Amino acid sequence: MAHHHDASTYYVPEQSKLPLITAFAMFLTVFGLGTWFNGVDSGPFLFAAGFMIMAGVMFAWFSQVIHENRAGLNNAQLKRSYVWGMGWFIFSEVMFFAAFFGALFYIRSISLPALGSGNNSELLWGGFQNDWPLMTTPDMAVKGGEAVHVGPEGNMSNPGIAGWLGWLPFWNTTVLLISSFTVHFAHTALKKDNKKLFNIWLGITVALGIGFLFLQAEEYIHAYQDLGLTLSSGIYGATFFMLTGFHGAHVTMGTFMLLVMLLRSTLKGHFNHHDCFGFEAASWYWHFVDVVWLGLFIFVYIMS
Amino acid sequence: MAHGPAHGLSRWLYTTNHKDIGSMYLWFSFAMFFLGGIFALIIRAELFEPGLQIVEPNFFNQMTTMHGLVMVFGAVMPAFVGLANWMVPMMIGAPDMALPRMNNLSFWILPFAFALLASTLFMQGGAPNFGWTFYAPLSTTYAPPSVTFFIFAVHIMGASSIMGAINIIATILNMRAPGMTLMKMPLFVWTWLITAYLLIAVMPVLAGVVTMMLMDIHFGTSFFNAAGGGDPVLFQHIFWFFGHPEVYIMILPAFGVVSAIIPTFARKPLFGYSSMVYATASIAILSFMVWAHHMFTVGMPFIGEWVFMIATMAIAVPTGVKVFNWVTTMYKGSMTFETPMLFSIAFVILFTIGGFSGLMLAIAPADFQYHDTYFVVAHFHYVLVPGAIFSITAAVYYWLPKWCGRMYDETLGKTHFWLAFIGLNLTFFPMHFSGLAGMPRRIPDYNPLFANWNMMSSIGSFLFGAAQVLFLYIVIRAIVSGRKATDRVWEGSHGLEWTVPSPAPYHTFTTPPKVD
Repeated sequence: MAHHHDASTYYVPEQSKLPLITAFAMFLTVFGLGTWFNGVDSGPFLFAAGFMIMAGVMFAWFSQVIHENRAGLNNAQLKRSYVWGMGWFIFSEVMFFAAFFGALFYIRSISLPALGSGNNSELLWGGFQNDWPLMTTPDMAVKGGEAVHVGPEGNMSNPGIAGWLGWLPFWNTTVLLISSFTVHFAHTALKKDNKKLFNIWLGITVALGIGFLFLQAEEYIHAYQDLGLTLSSGIYGATFFMLTGFHGAHVTMGTFMLLVMLLRSTLKGHFNHHDCFGFEAASWYWHFVDVVWLGLFIFVYIMS
Repeated sequence: MAHGPAHGLSRWLYTTNHKDIGSMYLWFSFAMFFLGGIFALIIRAELFEPGLQIVEPNFFNQMTTMHGLVMVFGAVMPAFVGLANWMVPMMIGAPDMALPRMNNLSFWILPFAFALLASTLFMQGGAPNFGWTFYAPLSTTYAPPSVTFFIFAVHIMGASSIMGAINIIATILNMRAPGMTLMKMPLFVWTWLITAYLLIAVMPVLAGVVTMMLMDIHFGTSFFNAAGGGDPVLFQHIFWFFGHPEVYIMILPAFGVVSAIIPTFARKPLFGYSSMVYATASIAILSFMVWAHHMFTVGMPFIGEWVFMIATMAIAVPTGVKVFNWVTTMYKGSMTFETPMLFSIAFVILFTIGGFSGLMLAIAPADFQYHDTYFVVAHFHYVLVPGAIFSITAAVYYWLPKWCGRMYDETLGKTHFWLAFIGLNLTFFPMHFSGLAGMPRRIPDYNPLFANWNMMSSIGSFLFGAAQVLFLYIVIRAIVSGRKATDRVWEGSHGLEWTVPSPAPYHTFTTPPKVD
């Protein structure tokens, strides 16, 4: 069908095996994870198989979409569909993070004050005192050394503005904020069809993304090894790692997306000022990840 | 683009056609409707008499849980997505959905997700048994091992819903024929636009809350455990922040269906079109501000009870606007009572009853009496069964001739309606009384005091179930040997979907129609 298609009409793709394979890969990935978490030996292999099929089918799918676009099948209307699609996808991601931010706010402003006062504290939880970051859990207040839910020995709290230069989250913020500017500079360069400058700014952005991930890995190692701060150290550890962890996963995704765009530009010569939505979508995603980090920096790090 | 469908199984497996995908969604949801229905009949069979007769209590709990999950996520939601797939492109003059391959992915995730969910019935420890609302710590600390698979099934069906919703929004915003301005769109398209927005806003929140459960169960976090500083009530807040918009996700498209059918058979334009649009949007906005009315008895501060009570009652205003508009549309109309119209009129009356019991439940001090009783069960079944299910049924009768080019048998259709109507009221109306008398929900055995009400409910439920088997027969019979339908199908029908032949060609509107 594709060969006698002209761009005056909306391109409706022919039959495709990609969706069915993707659905199967999603199923195998989560089924693998489920069996793995329930201690079945074959679980990790099923998961790995699902994940690899997923990676392969995503590669094939994106390749096909890029190919269709370069073959001139996509008219302006179809391109707008991709724009809407990416925009609403980012909105769904915002709402995913909203659930975890909501949990943090609720815990800090409602649950812990309630646990640490009145009859809850005196009769149920051994005189538990609310403070944040939560170092002494209600379980510890009741059972002391016998407690199962043990708080951390150290935390990531704000050392005061004078100490920021030696505070890793500050540098993480700096790196990510700069990267939001560099990706914008790359976009500006592309709009002037200056591909060389585009590649340089985009390359710097990818490098900053990788730098951020290294710093975060550093932070996590420090937390686990030096501070005893883990996923299971009470609600502080849970909210800290789930928020920063999902953000880190999104930075990984975003860096990978930008890297793919860099390779498309340098190796394949893709993108010019009027045909660059792949890059723009990745850069939107990058700005979104950056905004989430600002929320994290304020609510997880500074206000603690 | 002139091509027809591919031959054999590959047509369905690899399709990118909105009509094929719509049909698959509808058949899938029909299958899930029967599966969830079987679970419901097991519940009703056990409750036919006091005492434990048929199933073990733990299995009973699995049935209530699976019934709710399958009906909400497997029957109602996919049915509406199927209707959107079939009708939205035809109603706005688009050649297909905006992103046809992703459309097929959204569908094919569902059979995998529900195979995963249903397989938990055969796992060690049994299926999820903590209710469809899966409150922590029942669903975390005390859950069977299969909860992990439940969580992942929810994850992938959520991904399916989000992709489906993105597709519908992109289609409506980007694919309208020239001249089809937003305020000319059929109300079904409007309600789906707003529903899709709700889906994208709340399905990720559901993904977030089940992820927290997963972490609490397997990785030692304490989101929902007070010993670590967390809070089980946090679970309820996040769940209902998803859950309340979710119930509107299941009813807003129903409003759209009924707003298409009533004008056709009243032979009058819809009364108050623009107020319908604004009412739908108001309901959607309010749906984000009322979630804690599900939790009045959990121990909220007085101000919380008050705010959520007032906000909840405010929803009655836009809902009332809609009901009055439907009634006014019928007023002095040249009405006929074909099957879709019967289901739609029943929708208006019975959904209003469900709305009124909702108002009763919204009154916080009174809710302390009703909470977790059969009154609540009566309420939400009155909005879901004659609400969502009746509207879907009406939609199938209304548009089936356009889909397959053949008419259903009117006498059989009316028989189906009356059996379903009587069955549903016999099932759910007595629950108001058993609930007000104090019968708790989700129990396999009960005080003999409630025996009569329960016996009536159980008889009604089997009647309702039998009516649905008749429905299946009517649909198949229409497809196989129904009388040929005309292009307009109904004398009073209006809209682009009635300008194309019956059955609708495989590809409609490859070049957009002109809309004046």
